[in-house]
Amino acid sequence: MLRFVVRRLVQVVPTLLILSVLLFAWLRSLPGGPAGALLGDKATPEGIAALNRTLGLDQPIPIQYLRYLGRALSGDFGASLISGDPVLAEIGRALPATIELSVTALLIAVLAGIPLGYLAARYRGRPWDNVTILGTLVGVAVPVFFLGYVLKQIFAVELNLFPPSGRLAVDLDATRVTGFAILDGLLTREFDASADAIAHLVLPAIALATIPLAVIVRITRASVLDVLDSDFVRTANAKGLAPGTVRGRHVLRNALLPVSTTIGLQTGLLLAGAVLTEKVFNWGGLGTLIAEGIERRDYPRLQAIVLLGALIYVIVNLLVDLSYALIDPRVRLR
Amino acid sequence: MTPAGARSGDGPLLDVRDLSVRFTRRGEPDTVAVDGISFDIEPGEVVGLVGESGCGKSVTSLAIMGLLPGRGPKVGGEVRFGGDDLLALSDSALRERRGRDLGMVFQDPLSSLNPVVPVGVQITEALTRHRGMDKKAARTEAITLLERVGIPDPARRVTSYPHQMSGGMRQRALIAIALACRPRLLIADEPTTALDVTIQAQILELLRELVAETGTALMMITHDLGVVAGLCDRVNVLYAGRIVERAERHRLFATPRHPYTHGLIGSIPRLDSDPELELPAIPGSVNDNLPWDTACAFAPRCPREIGRCTEVTPGVETAASRLLRCHNPVPATSA
Repeated sequence: MLRFVVRRLVQVVPTLLILSVLLFAWLRSLPGGPAGALLGDKATPEGIAALNRTLGLDQPIPIQYLRYLGRALSGDFGASLISGDPVLAEIGRALPATIELSVTALLIAVLAGIPLGYLAARYRGRPWDNVTILGTLVGVAVPVFFLGYVLKQIFAVELNLFPPSGRLAVDLDATRVTGFAILDGLLTREFDASADAIAHLVLPAIALATIPLAVIVRITRASVLDVLDSDFVRTANAKGLAPGTVRGRHVLRNALLPVSTTIGLQTGLLLAGAVLTEKVFNWGGLGTLIAEGIERRDYPRLQAIVLLGALIYVIVNLLVDLSYALIDPRVRLR
Repeated sequence: MTPAGARSGDGPLLDVRDLSVRFTRRGEPDTVAVDGISFDIEPGEVVGLVGESGCGKSVTSLAIMGLLPGRGPKVGGEVRFGGDDLLALSDSALRERRGRDLGMVFQDPLSSLNPVVPVGVQITEALTRHRGMDKKAARTEAITLLERVGIPDPARRVTSYPHQMSGGMRQRALIAIALACRPRLLIADEPTTALDVTIQAQILELLRELVAETGTALMMITHDLGVVAGLCDRVNVLYAGRIVERAERHRLFATPRHPYTHGLIGSIPRLDSDPELELPAIPGSVNDNLPWDTACAFAPRCPREIGRCTEVTPGVETAASRLLRCHNPVPATSA
């Protein structure tokens, strides 16, 4: 098991290396460049060339890459071209916000998705099942940013139930400890700050949760239907077990195996969705950094964030594989 | 034939009356899987239900257990067991009896065991449910049960998962599960089909021993008359959802009256038969069947078919504990 973990972690290295090459080439193939974006209207060909020399962007791309790689390996991912701060410091400030949002969205998707999918399978073909299937179709089809605006318009603007944007009310003087707003409120006993943070979290988390929720519902439904038809569930019923035992020990435990894989794959989409959601709700996390970075061609910032996203993705899927081994004794980690 | 463990009470243990199962599908004619069959099983008796694939024998067993898929099949008739009509019981009342009074062993031991739950737990869950044991007592009993069905090193095997066992061991475990609560009736649905021939013989021997030892009645479902020959007291031969012949085992093998039974027995390889000769087989397949409503379903495949067979449904004749449904039976002396 330890060998499995170590080997999987070692595999991360080539993954990130290949990704960094692709990313580097891709960013530099975009039309325009940081110099043009930084100088804006005042840009002259001479000014751009001068700035490019300063930033080292006049060098051939392979040279630029090797220099970047050399610095990155020693932990220096460069400074943001927009703010001038080291990108790692920027990420450190923004990451808690994104984690708070993504984890909440994933929790909503899992905690609501598995029961909904199970119920749809149990009442297969009945109205409840049809409503659920229709709902998941809509959930997958509606773009996140559109849903975000609709939620905001209805629940924040019209009904005034939740704040429309941001992570904390502007007039609230909350102490920052970890950067996780809810946790900070609890740590400093500023419970009003925690409550306010939760209120701010509701709408963006729901918007971000819809797609993974819909996917988890559908996978759970299909998986439960599959297991309900299996011979060992018939054996469990032949033993006369209570319906709850059959459901929990025999149906769900087996049906959740494919669902756990799905959850791992969804984390990638979640990071992508977070960019859009954060934009709509002015969330100020990694998504905001990315959006701003793409507009202004902030190469160092984008490179660091995308590599970080890949690292998170790989680690989450490693955790999923480990959990798989816990629930399925047939899986041997080698 | 009166076993020690049989409980008192008049009449048969299981009395199936006019059981029918039809599968309905919108836009298609109903499929009649079981077409009004009646048979009974005495306490401690071993009764065979024999027929080829698709004759309705498995559906019969699932209907008795109440394990047919929830929606779709329409079940008619009566299944009387211990004074109740099982078909009329509520789901929860039926769950009380399943596992406790009725045990079932299935065909494919690998897929019939839960892959992610240790075998021991799959036994103890029945014990804690029906025999009110606590976890510790149930575990001890599970080890005893595994030992009794001949699994070596049972104390270690209780924690094994199905994939860590051999096919024969899995079937033994499945039998241990079915017998855990000492049911009065055990239904075995082709329990040896998925196993190697040598293991098949061991499993049959085990079932024979356990039935004799516990006094449990056994309903043996098989397509293999060889299985029946060594095990059953009485045999019901099914064809296309109806019983075409029933007799006490020795009589059935000595004087099969229905041409279908006759053909089945003729197609069993014998040690003294000439290896150069081709084994006789029943021609055609179940797809050639005629509807029972207007004919004998077996007529198109029958060597003794006479004109009436394709025009009139053969009636049931019962005499001296035998049952026969045929217009032109094999003469009692010819076998």
